[in-house]
Amino acid sequence: MSPSLDSLARRFAAVAPRAGFWSLRAVEERNDHLAVRRGIVQPPRTGLDLGVMVTVTADGGIGYAATCDVSDAGLRRAGEQARAWAASSGRNGLVDHSCIARIACEPVRGTYASIVRRPWGETSLADKVDLLREQCARLKRDERIVDWSSALWRTESTTVLVTSTGSDIRQTFHCVLPMLSATAAANGESVTRSFGGHHQARQGGLEVLDDTGFTGAAPRIAEQALELLAAPDCPTATQDLLLAPDQMILQIHESIGHPLELDRILGDERNYAGTSFVTPDMFGTYRYGSELLNVIFDPTREGQLASYAFDDDGTRAERTWIIRDGILLRPLGGALSQARAGLPGVANARANGWSRPPIDRMANLNLEPGTSSFADMVRAVERGVYMESNCSWSIDDSRNKFQFGCEWARLIEHGELRHVVKKPNYRGVSASFWRSLAMVGDPSTVEMLGTPFCGKGEPNQVIRVGHASPACLFRGVETFGGA
Amino acid sequence: MRDHFEDLARAAGELLRGGESFDLGLAAEESDFVRLSRGAVRQAGTVTQRTLTVDLAEGRRHAAGTLTLSGDLAADRARLADLMLELREQRAALPEDPWLLHPDEVSSSERTLAGRLPERAEALERLREAGEGRDLVGLYAAGPVHVGFASSRGQRCWFTQASFNLDWSFYLDGDRAVKASYAGLDWRPQELARKVADATRQLEALARPTRRLAPGRYHVALAPDAVAELLGLLGWGGFSLRALRTKTSPLVRMADEDERLHPAVTLVEDTAAGLAPDFQEQGFRRPPRVPLIERGVWRGSLVSPRSAAEFGAACNGASADEAPRSLDMAAGDVPSNELVRRLGTGILVSNLHYLNYSDRVQCRATGMTRFACFQVEGGEVVAPIGVLRFDDTIYRMLGRNLAGLTAERETILDPLTYGGRSVASMRVPGALIADVAFTL
Repeated sequence: MSPSLDSLARRFAAVAPRAGFWSLRAVEERNDHLAVRRGIVQPPRTGLDLGVMVTVTADGGIGYAATCDVSDAGLRRAGEQARAWAASSGRNGLVDHSCIARIACEPVRGTYASIVRRPWGETSLADKVDLLREQCARLKRDERIVDWSSALWRTESTTVLVTSTGSDIRQTFHCVLPMLSATAAANGESVTRSFGGHHQARQGGLEVLDDTGFTGAAPRIAEQALELLAAPDCPTATQDLLLAPDQMILQIHESIGHPLELDRILGDERNYAGTSFVTPDMFGTYRYGSELLNVIFDPTREGQLASYAFDDDGTRAERTWIIRDGILLRPLGGALSQARAGLPGVANARANGWSRPPIDRMANLNLEPGTSSFADMVRAVERGVYMESNCSWSIDDSRNKFQFGCEWARLIEHGELRHVVKKPNYRGVSASFWRSLAMVGDPSTVEMLGTPFCGKGEPNQVIRVGHASPACLFRGVETFGGA
Repeated sequence: MRDHFEDLARAAGELLRGGESFDLGLAAEESDFVRLSRGAVRQAGTVTQRTLTVDLAEGRRHAAGTLTLSGDLAADRARLADLMLELREQRAALPEDPWLLHPDEVSSSERTLAGRLPERAEALERLREAGEGRDLVGLYAAGPVHVGFASSRGQRCWFTQASFNLDWSFYLDGDRAVKASYAGLDWRPQELARKVADATRQLEALARPTRRLAPGRYHVALAPDAVAELLGLLGWGGFSLRALRTKTSPLVRMADEDERLHPAVTLVEDTAAGLAPDFQEQGFRRPPRVPLIERGVWRGSLVSPRSAAEFGAACNGASADEAPRSLDMAAGDVPSNELVRRLGTGILVSNLHYLNYSDRVQCRATGMTRFACFQVEGGEVVAPIGVLRFDDTIYRMLGRNLAGLTAERETILDPLTYGGRSVASMRVPGALIADVAFTL
């Protein structure tokens, strides 16, 4: 990462507009994407991104200007644009920024850096390509495997946030996402089994490959794809449902995380991502789930994808209980949303880069482990399904009626795992689903996962979020298979 | 911007060594974004972004990189030189790429779509008027979008679209709302006022008590926006040659087993009538029209250069994702103002939300109703309904259960802004469908 962000912050201070308050958020990011598909090395793609967002509060309004022109003239122009937007929007602003407690009005200083044990540069490009070729080759175990690929995606980004009130925050993030995928097809049927495509992202370096089990996963992925090809469809029934962590994170994300985002509750997302079935009066009393449900907002967890020390408004991040013993405690809202709603929240005002303003996001939202072993949970099921790995997701705009599909599943009968079934889907309603949570896996079942693909906001933003979860058992869920 | 891109193309040419060649791609925009909530401005600002993508090749070995451009030629030239140096080093570690394909012909193009955009003050005033006394929530986006391509073979393609897109909802209460949009190249305040008045009238219909319908099978009338959501889902891998050949396309049964949709369904990638560039990232030109489905029968797929090389097919200008950019669905013969009467008894669906596949290979899709959806009885709207989940196959919905398409169509400019403002659009009719399965 270049040292230019330091000089950039200094240069902006010299040309900043005379306004009540300003902030400069500069972001420099490098990303690399390597892939091998059907044995063919795909051309590597490198991204080098650098830009700033200037935010100005003046005349009761707030405005921003984001630019990749980081010359002195470009920075001055951005300041003037943001100042002009503040003045014009203040006349019809949703929030009177001259009255509301100003974000980061007290100087905040600090740093954060992902812990990296094996830097990306520790191995050469040729070595990484060889690794991916080897993994890709291990996926092609049979002629029925018609598409197969391995990939690595990594990012290194540094954010500097400085304000007119003396705040100075520098954070550097290193993230790695390994991926494998195998599609098997025969007789008009096709199934895809994957590793990590949506959820195995972590902060760190190349150690993530070992920590997530990437290097040993290919044979299992291929075998399971072939196994699915010959499997019957998941049965249509109302029965018990045991979800693996890599499906639990989708369930947490869609039906706990999004409905608790305070900007959704306040109505800002109603035109695009949607509203929420949760209303402000529910916090402190509403039973969100069974007493086994415990959810924590935790941007302090080492190695998790959305860990940080400060959000993009400069609020210091803390581990915070969101749902305790099934009772809803607080929403996921940053400082501005907290002030608007009169509710406590968390440090989650986040932007996906320099070109978008911060909005309320999830960061790391984790479901706390319980006391049941995986075997205990299987034994507790008379008739049910065990599902792994999300592949389909759909939920209503209030985040209530959902339907999710998984890649791979096994029936459970009389307390034992039975044969594999394909195209497993289930549906339910958030408000009642979490109350059917009957058993929560112990720490041995927990996986720390994360996805870089959470979309939201107008203008749209895709951001990294982390979720850790044990396996969990739900009673009386509608399950079904393919057409 | 165009001159800057030309200067960088010249610089790239000067930086080439030996037998190297390059493809350069530019994506740039200067966009005003005004985010609105409860009739007031929530966030407002300007985003100036420019990225340059370089694919540096020597023979069949190549590597690609993207960098943001400051706009200062000396600084950008230096960054480009650094990136090309790195790509050259990366390339040395790579095998030949058998799926690398360049256009056979150097075919340059220029397309500018620009009308009259409003001044910021004018836009803000009209937005204030639209939100006055109403719970308006949404996004106004406006400004120029540029896409460029240049190659060391001398090809130059340029596209500019200066457009606006106001995508909004009027809320009554809870989740009861009307969705609307006003988008285009020429800003006409009277047209916006008309759309605001239309949406306000629709909102009045939502004031009646909401009915909660039980899951079951219902006849359905889909407004063009809802049809666009269905087609948008199909565009996610449906027409992709790569997805078809690897059996992951939801329409694989049409291509492989002669499964058919209703004869009224004709789909064309209509670049000539759309608002997207007529070239793709590697410089391949997009034909004016690519037939995809004709009278319910599979006709062809979208083929990117890599898929063309991989599967021995002809490239037809598709981008790497092989998704439509200018999808056109043929009109039917049902007058739009007859849609509700023809429906008789059933559900009028203005919008669908969050679609995905329940069974991809069987093209079974699920999703939610959203915004102003109504129960219809005896050809009359009787009450707004609570949200419902459908779960049915496209082969039924746009196949044997399709009862008609409207004679009038709407052109919908894609309001998405992930990474940058979309220049995709779709022209679609409304639809009448019998017996759609609703499950939740």
